[in-house]
Amino acid sequence: MIGRLLGEAGTRARIALGLAALVLLAAPAMVDDYLLTVLTQSLFFAYLGQSWNVMMGFAGLLSLGHAMFVGLGAYVAGALFVHFGLPPVIGLFPAMALAALVGAAIGFLGFRFSIQGVYFALLTIAFAEFIRILFDHFTWVGGSSGLFIPVDNRTVNDLVHLRGTPEMFYYLALGLSVAALALSRLLLAGRLGHRWLAIREDQEAAQALGIDVFRAKMAAVVLSAAMTSLGGVFYAFYFNNMFPEQIFNINLSIELLLGPIIGGLGTLIGPILGAFVLTPLSELLSALTERHALIGIKHFVYGLCVVLIVVFLPGGLWPWIARRLGLDRPPGDGT
Amino acid sequence: MPTTKNRRPSRRAVIAGAAGLAFAQPFAIARAQGAPLKVGVVLPRSGPQGKIGQSCQQGYDLALPILKELGYPEIQYMPVDTETNVQRARAVTEKVIQDGAQIVTGAFDSGATTALAQVCEQKGVPLVINIAAAPPITEQGYKFVFRNFPNGVRIAQDALNLQRELYEYKKDAPKSAVLLHVNDTFGESLKAGLLGLMQRIEMPYKFADVIAYDPNARDLSVEIAKAKATGAELLWTVSRLNDAMLLTRELIKQRWSPKAVVSSGPGFYEDQYLKTLGKNGDHIISLVPWYDPSKPLTRYLLERGAKAYPGINIDTNHVYSFEAALICADAFKRAGSADPGKLRDALAATNIKNNVSIGPGIAFDAKGHNGGLGNAGIQNRGGKLKVVVPRAYADSEPVYPMPAWDKRA
Amino acid sequence: MPLDAIANIATAGLLTGLVYGLSALGLSAIFGVTRIVNFAHGELMVIGMYGALLLFQHFGLAPLWAIPIVGAALFAIGYALQAGLVNRLLHAPEHMQFLLMAALAIMLVALCLMAFGPNAQNVTLESAYDSVEIGVLILDAHRVYAGIAAIAVAGLLFVFFRYHPLGKAIRACADNLTGAAVVGLNVKRLFALTFGIGSACIGAAGCIILMLVDVHPYLANTYTLLAFVVVIIGGMGSLSGALLGGLLVGVSEALAGLLLQPSLKSMFSFGLLILVLILRPEGLLGRRS
Repeated sequence: MIGRLLGEAGTRARIALGLAALVLLAAPAMVDDYLLTVLTQSLFFAYLGQSWNVMMGFAGLLSLGHAMFVGLGAYVAGALFVHFGLPPVIGLFPAMALAALVGAAIGFLGFRFSIQGVYFALLTIAFAEFIRILFDHFTWVGGSSGLFIPVDNRTVNDLVHLRGTPEMFYYLALGLSVAALALSRLLLAGRLGHRWLAIREDQEAAQALGIDVFRAKMAAVVLSAAMTSLGGVFYAFYFNNMFPEQIFNINLSIELLLGPIIGGLGTLIGPILGAFVLTPLSELLSALTERHALIGIKHFVYGLCVVLIVVFLPGGLWPWIARRLGLDRPPGDGT
Repeated sequence: MPTTKNRRPSRRAVIAGAAGLAFAQPFAIARAQGAPLKVGVVLPRSGPQGKIGQSCQQGYDLALPILKELGYPEIQYMPVDTETNVQRARAVTEKVIQDGAQIVTGAFDSGATTALAQVCEQKGVPLVINIAAAPPITEQGYKFVFRNFPNGVRIAQDALNLQRELYEYKKDAPKSAVLLHVNDTFGESLKAGLLGLMQRIEMPYKFADVIAYDPNARDLSVEIAKAKATGAELLWTVSRLNDAMLLTRELIKQRWSPKAVVSSGPGFYEDQYLKTLGKNGDHIISLVPWYDPSKPLTRYLLERGAKAYPGINIDTNHVYSFEAALICADAFKRAGSADPGKLRDALAATNIKNNVSIGPGIAFDAKGHNGGLGNAGIQNRGGKLKVVVPRAYADSEPVYPMPAWDKRA
Repeated sequence: MPLDAIANIATAGLLTGLVYGLSALGLSAIFGVTRIVNFAHGELMVIGMYGALLLFQHFGLAPLWAIPIVGAALFAIGYALQAGLVNRLLHAPEHMQFLLMAALAIMLVALCLMAFGPNAQNVTLESAYDSVEIGVLILDAHRVYAGIAAIAVAGLLFVFFRYHPLGKAIRACADNLTGAAVVGLNVKRLFALTFGIGSACIGAAGCIILMLVDVHPYLANTYTLLAFVVVIIGGMGSLSGALLGGLLVGVSEALAGLLLQPSLKSMFSFGLLILVLILRPEGLLGRRS
């Protein structure tokens, strides 16, 4: 398994990966609570970025409405817990199922009626907004007044009910992110991954080669939706409150795709790197600008950083860094 | 302490109130602290709620010199910004505690406050909530969370009772009403509370229609046309600032003058509204958590507020932020140290009588909620805000029915 | 519900729809030609609104008279944006262009926040409360002006694209990019011009909408989405389509508000968008490509 995961990765890449894993595993012992929160949120966004990357990075399907899957996951698991006491470890299955179903519906409409490019992206926004307003009026889950998950501050970590210390949530986020990395690696190395890459590069050629484009694309959407909704379950039990206005917001959709694009679209490490650049960048800018009374300067600089990366490193940070460090490029990380 | 209505409070009277409190705690005085208490002030300073965060900060800033005059030990603010975002709220609270905040206060918004409460409880650092109405916040069994703000249920209840008092006093009541509310966290929970209470509290009217509108509404023409078509005599709104302005203009343009326009929630009493609408903003009544104008400390706060921020009316945001600072300083004084555990115990034993808000004073129940806080009916009058109900401490006569839009001088 | 109320609501929907159309014209022009997903559309409009606000506050210039100045300023901004920045990403994939515009949007909002603060501001005009009574109908004067302006701006744009040589050249670019380059058209300059003209439209829309809505930095987001809905429904790049899309969205929202709950109404415009994307992806008045 591990051998297959590491595959053709070179020695230097293996060493770098091992070092990164060690640092991340040991982090809670070394950092203070605030940094731990920043790291947890970075990992959370890394995971969301990885899930989004399955659709856009692998299969070339641009989604600008991924917040809807985060929200669906959070609301299903949260509501089942609040109303029926169903622990999230079980609730995550219906959560992922519903998200997958919605993803399938969008995919079906999009691909059957061959809605492409920007139009497909707008279709995802339309669905996300539609669902947001729906949840604003869905009183069983609190409507726009929000859904609160009862909190008790146990010192014991309870993975079944997702109640516990910040360290537990950190390792949970780390686990999610590592699992997503492994899954992405396996997918890319497998037949599905090759089909996706073929479709991404040239859909008509892929079709001519006999690839069932519809099925491959559907697989990408459904998988990406289900993965993202799992992140939503984490969101629900980490933040303990959900408001449609926040969780289905288009800004969340944009925030979660910034990481993978900045880090390197379609690469395995890119989404993680992107999140670990952007979240700390945002914190750093807050720290630097909090002494100034000028509200807004932080976001201005943040936007400027993104513009600079887009213009000067359009391939993202990871391919550039990988080249600099002379790391071997595993398949899928080359483009 | 004499509280005759029209007497200006002297600084002496205010300070005597505080001194009275101080004598009850002679030992605390003796152990006057050296270093100031570090208070993390978590507010939405940017993002859609940025304006409100700035009003709250003015309330906190007004508190500093007044607390000093009242003989409270020095407190020092560590301002942080939630950017009107729950995720940020959580991270910045962690950070401000990491940077040395010994007590935390904020954060106006119920969602953000929930995040703050979790962090503070986990860290064992006390949280004094300035504004957040969602009832669940103090239903979680928290030990370190204290809320000095009426919850949504109380706001809804008072809104009904205050209106009954008003209509009985004027011996004239609207026979039908329409509820027009913004479909956001606050609007939705208030609507739910109101509709529930309407079953139990006898009101002179029933709602002919309940209309919800989008928080991002750019245009309220359809909403007002729909409300107007019910022919209701009372328009009851739950809104935010921008839609309050849109809504009033739309009322005038569609030439609909109901007998009364009442509002639960912010918007209609805010300075921006009063300045923008001028005479057209007059006579609308807001039923909101407010200050008690008959309390000496209120008069003093209003006087200082007028000096520090000329042209700005002191409102809910200022009052409850001011009181949050007061609560922090008071607990610090009695605890005699900045130790979080001792601060918490002192907070739980809070009993402040010399305060500003409506109600018997500041004290917390076992859940950390101040259930004694009340609301008032505020009427806009020529750019000023006048308390018209409860009659017990109103400072002005209510104008009801409201003069029609085209019959205003 | 009385008939006159229904008539009033429908008329309000029509007028609001024209304003929606007006706010989307600039996007349609830009999107139709350059295929750039201008996610900073609403932000540019808010800049236009602030421009009109400044002119009003400092020179007492009414927003309607501010249109030429604000339009010219926005033309310059738009031209510079496309020539200096967006043209670099002309051949980059769509998502990179999208990200660039989204990041620019973040910067523009922050800029407005730094310059003007978070407060909502507006122009106080004598005519702000005027309405015209025609039979049972009560029409809001400002919305009527806005509606007329929408039609006028659309007409001007139409004439420009149809008869002016530059407009014709731009249309050639929109139809066939490579072909246009082959016959020697300077595509980058024409794109910059288009972005400038589109931005000027957005600026004009901002001036007019300032008469109806108070401006604050966070207003932009909803206008961006709204404009996309309107443009897709009407047909990308079609000016009359943008107006029709606006009218459809305005009226369907009004009817949804009347029959159901007004807070549900934007759900209907997004529902309409989904339907159009599926059934007629080129939009109602768009040409099949």
